Amino acid sequence: MSATLVIGLDGHSSGDRALAYGKRLATLIGECELLVCYVIEWSPFTFQTPEENAERHMRREKEIQTAMDRVVTPALADLAKAGITARGVVRHGDVADTLNSVCVSEGADQIVVSRSSEGGFAKRIFGSSTANLVMSASVPVTVVG
Amino acid sequence: MKSLNTLALAAASALTAAPAFAQEAAQTLDERVNEVFATATGPFVSFIFSPFPGTSFPWIVGWLVVAATVFTLYFAFVQFRFFGHAISLVKGDYSDPEDAGEVSHFQALATALSGTVGLGNIAGVAVAVGIGGPGATFWMILAGLLGMASKFTECTLGVKYRNEYPDGSVSGGPMYYISKGFDELGLPGGKILAVLFSIFCILGAFGGGNMFQANQAHAQISGIVGDYPGWITGIVFAAVVFAVIVGGIKSIARVTEKVVPFMGILYVGAALIILIANFDMIGWAFGQIFAGAFTGLGVAGGVVGALIQGFKRAAFSNEAGVGSAAIAHSAVKTKEPITEGFVSLLEPLIDTVVICTMTALVITISQQLITDPETGFYVLSEGGSHIATVDGNTGVALTSAAFGASISWFPYILAIAVVLFAFSTMISWSYYGLKAWTYLFGEGQTTELVFKVLFCVFVVIGAAASLGPVIDFSDAAIFAMAVVNIFALYFLMKLVRAELNSYASRLRSGEIRKFKH
Repeated sequence: MSATLVIGLDGHSSGDRALAYGKRLATLIGECELLVCYVIEWSPFTFQTPEENAERHMRREKEIQTAMDRVVTPALADLAKAGITARGVVRHGDVADTLNSVCVSEGADQIVVSRSSEGGFAKRIFGSSTANLVMSASVPVTVVG
Repeated sequence: MKSLNTLALAAASALTAAPAFAQEAAQTLDERVNEVFATATGPFVSFIFSPFPGTSFPWIVGWLVVAATVFTLYFAFVQFRFFGHAISLVKGDYSDPEDAGEVSHFQALATALSGTVGLGNIAGVAVAVGIGGPGATFWMILAGLLGMASKFTECTLGVKYRNEYPDGSVSGGPMYYISKGFDELGLPGGKILAVLFSIFCILGAFGGGNMFQANQAHAQISGIVGDYPGWITGIVFAAVVFAVIVGGIKSIARVTEKVVPFMGILYVGAALIILIANFDMIGWAFGQIFAGAFTGLGVAGGVVGALIQGFKRAAFSNEAGVGSAAIAHSAVKTKEPITEGFVSLLEPLIDTVVICTMTALVITISQQLITDPETGFYVLSEGGSHIATVDGNTGVALTSAAFGASISWFPYILAIAVVLFAFSTMISWSYYGLKAWTYLFGEGQTTELVFKVLFCVFVVIGAAASLGPVIDFSDAAIFAMAVVNIFALYFLMKLVRAELNSYASRLRSGEIRKFKH
């Protein structure tokens, strides 16, 4: 029986640490698939102009493509080079909620993320995505320092 | 936007100190603009507001009310049957997680609301109550409730027949559903009606979506900093609108879109505080509303006068049947066009039944309208056209005085709210007008630029002209859109009923299910 690990990337060096740890875990486990996930922060409850709405679908596709090209595809190439089976996915939404729902829908066994890259005022008010994920996740979460 | 307000107020303050001859010259320019404008738009306004033969009841008001009633009956009170479902849709209970990142039901509703909630709710209600008395509020609420069905019909069609381009952008609205819907039904004349609608939509964008906003924003600013020529406000506003729609400085529009909802909440919050503080008078105020609705309480035109004002201002405020919302709602991501119809029916409820009623209650409770202590009837002003007020205020100044009577500093907040509401409505309508313009003349940078420059010119004219001609033209242009739109909706409503029946049966059978529990 193979294990599935979800690796949350954030496009920063901290995400690379999560990826490196996921790679190590996969090597130790042996039969394991990594699901590399990048979440574009988005809320359905924001206010937009009519013009922004009209162009939203087009922008969404561009955002997904950019995230794929800059973050997910290089990570998948890195994993392929190491001989690890991996898939990539880009989603919009709240980072913690989305990582958890990807995990549930894929039947994954664990989520690996790095320590939050957020800071300052926003973190004080809303808390970090990592902390929210740890509190709400349906599977074990490993936070890489 | 803050710096814009500061700039506008600073410019206005500086001008109040300008030499007297400059003032006179400017006033003359304002008067000249007003005169030319009133003459040019007179025949159009007269036609739209002409009464049924032998009565004083404008046919256009009857047109809107009959349509809203027909849609309410045809869809068997859809606005009440699917109200709870509409709330679930806005909450995202039925949104497919795979569609995250697309335009949500909430976003489409919020965008459409930011185009409608604004001066209609603040100044328009004051005009209705100032002329038709508190009784106009009753008819306004009724029009709002019935109008929910009109909005449902047009927004469903807006999504169903929108254009989706290869680059992923969308264009929708009555011009698209009229031409495509008529073709689908094999009816002739769809293209002609769509073109006619587009022409009126452009006029509506210049009128209610632009000039009325500039006019009342100027009235509000000059009410605080002192009287100064309207064209100054017009030029400042036009420059900022130009920067956004031509210069592409989207950040101004984005900031406004985020600030406006909070100003709306602040406005409703202030109204609630005033109502709570005057809790003992709410019963009396509703008594005035009901008594006025059926007896007139001495207003010009009696009960019919109150009814006309109520229906007119409700239509102007929530734009149900006008077709503008169908343009805004058509960008939503959904596999079921009818779901956007359900969501859109919340718009007249929020706009008219809640916000407009609050404004009307505050004006009534503040007792700005003068009554005869002996008869209890309202005292008419010298011309006899509207009710005499404590300081002779009309329009937005009346609302400002009513709020100011309870919260002395609120007129300053209201001034900022009015400017922001006016600006956000202008941005929304510049988009609606542009969509109609490109439908007529095709997409292209030059054609779009011509419209945008014209739009800015009308900002200046609107600020410089006096309220009477501006409000007449704004109403006439917006109602002209409703003439074409509603005519087409009568033919297309069977398509909406087919969608409604199919959706309702799938909802009952459990085929359509919530994603969130």
